[in-house]
Amino acid sequence: MSALTTALAGQWADRLARAGLCDPGQGLVACLDDDLAFSRPSSHQALVAACIDRLGVGCVILAPPAEPHRTILEFLAAREAPAIRPRDCETRTFFHDIPVIGEATPAAVVAALARRKGAYLPGVGILAHGALSPEQAFVTVSSVAFAGFVKFFADHLAAARAGTLDAAARTAFAAAVAKLPPPPTEVPPLARGPFADRESVLAAMAEAGRATVELGLVDSVFGNISYSLDGVLAISQTGAALDDLVGGIDCVPLDGSSCAGLTASSELGAHTALVRLDSRRAILHGHPRFAVILSMDCAAQDCAQRDACHVACPRERFVDDVPIVPGEVGCGPRGLVHTMPPALAADGGRRGVIVCGHGVFTMGADDFGVALADLCAIETLCRTRYFQALGTFPL
Amino acid sequence: MDQPSAHILFLDLATGACRREPLSPARRHADGGGRSLAGACFLAAQPDGAAGRFDAPATPVCLFPGGLAGYGLPGASFATLVGRSPHTGGVLTAAVPGGLGHGLARAGLAGLVLTGRAAQPNILVLDGRGARLIPAGALAGQGTRAVFAALAPWLGAVAVGPAGWSGSLLAMAVADGVHPVGRGGSGLLLAAKNLLAVVVTDGLAPHPAFVINPAKAGGTADSADVPELAGPADPAGPADAPGLAGVADPAGLAAARAAMLRLIDASPALAGPCGFGRFGPAALLDLTAGRRMLPTRHFRQTFFAQADQVSAPRLEALYAPRAVGCPGCPVPCRRVSATGAVLPDNDALSHLTALLGLADPHLAVAANTICLDLGLDPPGAAAALAFFAEVAGREPRPEMILDGLSALAREGAGATLSPLAVKGVALPGFDPRGAYGLALSLAVGTSGPDPWGGLCLAHELLRKPVATDRFTFAGKARAVFLGENVVAAAGAFGGCPYCTLAVGLEEWALAVAAVTGVPTCAGDLARLGERTVVRERLLNAQAGMDAAADQLPGLFFSQAGSSGDGINVAPLSRPDFLAARAGYYRLRGLTETGAPTDERASALELPCLR
Repeated sequence: MSALTTALAGQWADRLARAGLCDPGQGLVACLDDDLAFSRPSSHQALVAACIDRLGVGCVILAPPAEPHRTILEFLAAREAPAIRPRDCETRTFFHDIPVIGEATPAAVVAALARRKGAYLPGVGILAHGALSPEQAFVTVSSVAFAGFVKFFADHLAAARAGTLDAAARTAFAAAVAKLPPPPTEVPPLARGPFADRESVLAAMAEAGRATVELGLVDSVFGNISYSLDGVLAISQTGAALDDLVGGIDCVPLDGSSCAGLTASSELGAHTALVRLDSRRAILHGHPRFAVILSMDCAAQDCAQRDACHVACPRERFVDDVPIVPGEVGCGPRGLVHTMPPALAADGGRRGVIVCGHGVFTMGADDFGVALADLCAIETLCRTRYFQALGTFPL
Repeated sequence: MDQPSAHILFLDLATGACRREPLSPARRHADGGGRSLAGACFLAAQPDGAAGRFDAPATPVCLFPGGLAGYGLPGASFATLVGRSPHTGGVLTAAVPGGLGHGLARAGLAGLVLTGRAAQPNILVLDGRGARLIPAGALAGQGTRAVFAALAPWLGAVAVGPAGWSGSLLAMAVADGVHPVGRGGSGLLLAAKNLLAVVVTDGLAPHPAFVINPAKAGGTADSADVPELAGPADPAGPADAPGLAGVADPAGLAAARAAMLRLIDASPALAGPCGFGRFGPAALLDLTAGRRMLPTRHFRQTFFAQADQVSAPRLEALYAPRAVGCPGCPVPCRRVSATGAVLPDNDALSHLTALLGLADPHLAVAANTICLDLGLDPPGAAAALAFFAEVAGREPRPEMILDGLSALAREGAGATLSPLAVKGVALPGFDPRGAYGLALSLAVGTSGPDPWGGLCLAHELLRKPVATDRFTFAGKARAVFLGENVVAAAGAFGGCPYCTLAVGLEEWALAVAAVTGVPTCAGDLARLGERTVVRERLLNAQAGMDAAADQLPGLFFSQAGSSGDGINVAPLSRPDFLAARAGYYRLRGLTETGAPTDERASALELPCLR
């Protein structure tokens, strides 16, 4: 059993590296079954073991972040301790805030992780726990990195506009920008539609999901994808990894005759609404970082909805031709199900919509080729517009 | 939690004697309310600390609102009923949905501890005149529909049907006319006290403090002793609730409420197009059918080919029901037709169709409605009928179902029940062979097989917070241990079990801290939940229950389910199950017989087993 647990820990450590969250060999994953197993030897083993023991959980990950996340999180932790408070959709919905741990002692770490799913220990890394499986902790690590990234760049732009940037912020920004991966320049060809049968649909979705993750347009545990065929919507399941969709797709009758969509993505309602408004069959939803960051940039300082723009923005906003709409995850009264579908279907079908602080939805008529290309183009556009807003050359 | 106006009302139904004790901040902090505080008071009120029969006059019945019921939080209005199980003599803990928890809390009550047995059937009324016992008269023995019609209007009410008065082990209390109140004989607990109903009505007194002696019942209360209220309470919010304590941090409470709502809205199972808010929990039937874990023909099979004929969308199309929910709930999960028929939830729908091998949606709705009227546990009753048919060597006949249910209610304690049960309670609408963590949680549940008790449905079926492999015991002991703690902690604060699919202890901690002003974290609440479960274990051990009570019926270890569609439904491995159970015992701090160790009991500040 111990060998299996060690292997499991190793698999998730490898996945941290593949996702760009840690440098290869740096992530430390501890899993408890009958015995406690670590993915690698580490000077932090005792600290992590104490967390597992005192929290009573099955897994703890310590993820020294890869660049640029390390620069970003170190900066934010120094500025915002005792907690980093991102404003992106994922953090607002699922995480509240990211505690900054004051010292590398079991008591301090356990106190933070007893409050939240994940925390940041300056100089060491992201700590996250999973009661059920390493995947829970992995999702948290990924979310902390994403939320920190978005907050860092969004705050920098806001401070630049306000004229409040200081030397430390400029230095950290320059360091982070220097370590940014380049924007994707080439979108891989995908299977051409229309697809005639369910097997072809599922294969095309799996291929498009993988490509979206590989292009860096979504972290694997986020986003969703669907295709409508003969009155049935094939849609990724909630929590399914977009780069591993085999067995992770629900087929939901659009006539409401089945509750098979009970395990579908939280955005099933938005996808079905889109299918009813727009004849395009393929829907792709990613969380490209600069689109999310730019959607949170607003010059209306005196707006009455300044703290609620993600759900109640009263303005029509665009990045060039791409609208930005408010809306929360899911089907609640302030859900994006009410805002995104009409915006994407408007004018005969737009190329994409950015949901404020959340991500981008795109569509393709018969396959995912155009949807992926548009998703990529919108992210590149937003990255360009971001640096233009700072008066610097686009990267 | 420091709620200076919260009191516990101790009522001896035999004498009408009543006393009111303020709940100390220390006790409120340790146990919150609801399931935990009810369990604590139940344990403390045991005569001489010894276990007795469920119907002994000295055996208490505790009815406690959740510690945050009444504060307008979503999915947080539940109360908990705790007594001694008629099946096992151990503890019976039943969640009480609807408005009762909300109403009790707004009456300034942290709980009711009922002892004694009234000389005649009574109704306990909490209203603007205080707390009163009034004779039930001819209402006792009538169907719950008639009882609730006579009690209306109410903020919340729980009542017993004819099955309770006959002494049926399937007797189930019913809340607000539509909500089942747990399983395992909850109706018998109230009937044993000769209590037809507990009802909280509009126009609450802040501190209901007196009771009319049953011997004098029918007289009038001394209104001079009773505070008058300006008007009815607003069920939507706590602002004018006379009995609720102030909120230490109103903005923090609003933020906690917003966080809970966001999570519920983001939950596909709750607020999604196929979720409970749209179809009720019967939506799960399509999942159990598709996963080949739908108990069929008295568990001889796990696949029902006609499941689509009785699915929740099918019922929705046939009945166009209206949604009914608990106060403040954004995903009302009960469905009531225009004629008042109550559509079944998942366990009831599953057993009134597939378990009986019958694909008649109208029969299922009629049977469920009759069960609620009789105060009869629908899945337990359906399992009994399926068992009768199996023993008789025939298939159940549709025309005999409704009469069979009535007969079960009449036969009382002598009725034969399905042996495919845990702690005397028939297994629910999820076959244990289809989800191994669920199988373990069904076996070890303190009051019987509660599919929501260990939260395994969340990850094994609904992929929350992440999906786990449902066909392995690996890691499931810890999952059940932690899941039970979460559910128990939520139950302490009035949390709906369904909403635990979305709302976690982080959000509950935000709310607790906002109301009390005491810094509280998720870890604190997990410990409260652990303490709650171990206390219930202690009560079971006191009643002589051991590991034999934490066992699944042998059929699930010897017979395969219905494999197909690439899904292999094998028999459970008994060695693997026992190893997982042993792992659970270690994590829970139990001996090999399932009793709390002195060490764990002491660590949780609980008494040790004598």
